Amino acid sequence: MTTPVLSARGMVKTFGRVVGLDGVDLDLYPGEVLAIIGDNGAGKSTLIKCLTGALVPDTGQMFIDGQLVHFKRPQDALDAGIETVYQTLAVAPALDIASNLYLGRERRRPGFLGSALRMIDKKGMRRDAGKALADLGIGTLQNMAQPVETLSGGQRQAISVARAATFGSKIIVLDEPTAALGVKESNQVLKMIREVRSRGLPVILISHNMPHVFEVADRIHIQRLGRCAGVVTPQTHTMSEAVAIMTGATTVAETPGRA
Amino acid sequence: MSTTLQPASTATEQFALRQRSPVQRVQHLLHSYPAISPFLVLVISFVVFATINPRFASANSLSLVVQQVAVIGALAVGQTLIILTAGIDLSVGAITILSMMVAAKVAEGGGLPGVLAVAVGICLGIGAGLFNGALVTRIKLPPFIVTLGTLSVFTALGLLYSRGQSVQASDLPSLLNWTGESFRIGQFRITTGVVLVAALYVVVGFALANTAWGRHVYAVGDDKEAARLAGIRVDRVLLSVYTVAGAIYGLTAWILIGRAGAASPNAITDANLESITAVVIGGTSLFGGRGALLGTLLGALIVGFFRSGLSLAGVDDQYRVLAVGLLVILAVAVDQWIRKVKA
Repeated sequence: MTTPVLSARGMVKTFGRVVGLDGVDLDLYPGEVLAIIGDNGAGKSTLIKCLTGALVPDTGQMFIDGQLVHFKRPQDALDAGIETVYQTLAVAPALDIASNLYLGRERRRPGFLGSALRMIDKKGMRRDAGKALADLGIGTLQNMAQPVETLSGGQRQAISVARAATFGSKIIVLDEPTAALGVKESNQVLKMIREVRSRGLPVILISHNMPHVFEVADRIHIQRLGRCAGVVTPQTHTMSEAVAIMTGATTVAETPGRA
Repeated sequence: MSTTLQPASTATEQFALRQRSPVQRVQHLLHSYPAISPFLVLVISFVVFATINPRFASANSLSLVVQQVAVIGALAVGQTLIILTAGIDLSVGAITILSMMVAAKVAEGGGLPGVLAVAVGICLGIGAGLFNGALVTRIKLPPFIVTLGTLSVFTALGLLYSRGQSVQASDLPSLLNWTGESFRIGQFRITTGVVLVAALYVVVGFALANTAWGRHVYAVGDDKEAARLAGIRVDRVLLSVYTVAGAIYGLTAWILIGRAGAASPNAITDANLESITAVVIGGTSLFGGRGALLGTLLGALIVGFFRSGLSLAGVDDQYRVLAVGLLVILAVAVDQWIRKVKA
């Protein structure tokens, strides 16, 4: 059996008396799209925040390629090659598009200007930011020096997604990447997810949109009340069965699906 | 990059292509270049004051304005850094006085040589800034409370250490007074202190606009959580900002000795409010994340112009206080307005 790229065991996260995660296991295999679905408050976002260093779990272990890791801050996960699009988008509104795309990993100018004066390569970053967005099929953004606060929610989301697609080297995590997008842009993101998968990069996708999930996911991790209620695939279970497990109307044991 | 403009088909696309009203265009322009409004105020006040009293525009008077502005202008550089991170520094003046008094006392009457005294002053500023930064980042106290507390602490330490007594320039090594020495460029009289302040603006302005550190300062002030998730070590950035600000205050202490011709624990009592005033008039947002050092320079000059211009116009100094107060309110109102800009 192949080693999971990412594997989490017994993740627990509490917020005071509120239990966010109640001992969750998760495995992500090379080159797959793993969807995480669940009702509001099921612990989807908490789970991926623990996986990406945005939150530190109370207990639980994480392995990357079989190696035990401890993420104490988002930088640790980024260094490990895990790139995340958060639901809140995590963009700095007053900074321009290119600065946001390269935030935290600004490129320096070559030669003396970059090494001694630490001057950043604004032009180069703007040019490449434009390329990255064009690659995603987002042609409506032309001016990379435009502040992000002047953009629509969908355009901001596109920037977040482009950032993840550009820099993700190991795993890409997307928390509701299509929530603010229109039909056309959503399809672009789904296309991008498939492209990323074809590059061999695994993707974790959180979504409320069942048709999207069933369209791109290889496996579906169903989160319920802080626990994993089961892992199904689009082949074994129908959309309504997955929703029934998600809401507690049935369980994986009761509905084994067409295995 | 290729642009393909398709004919607007839907009502929203039509709306997106609408002509902007002149007011909206001004709003957009100010949003892109926030230094425009202080620049306009500076130019208009120059013209008005020069018309009322032509002596205002003389090289002598302008040189004096620049020398008067230098100390507050230098402190405002540190204040700008802190305000850009959505903080505020009320201990500006207190740190400067403490650094100045210690630097002067250790060098008084042939004590330590000038170089070491200057270094002691700057190190003390760094230490004080580090202390503020540690309270903000480690104990997570709001900057307002931290610096309100250290305002009293550092003021008291400065007074206790100096026993409330000034040190005269004649008792100090010449290097400490060096910042007050002047030379002429044409009709203008420039002090070395002014040159130091100009260099400070160039160096910090470059760092803010052209380095990754500068981007991170803006990002942290703009949205702390977004910056953290993007992998920026927010606490490190904040700590660096308070420390750099402290170093700037320590350097300003040296400039202040040259300017005042003495080290007096009762100097620059209004430094806190005046430095914040310069930053705010310069268009930097008190909410963090937007603004530029150029604006602060303009803001400091505007205050200097009002002081000199109104006094040459022969009006009571209280009118300057009144006018500066109105400018602050106007500047923040403009900032609120341009933040509401739409695509």
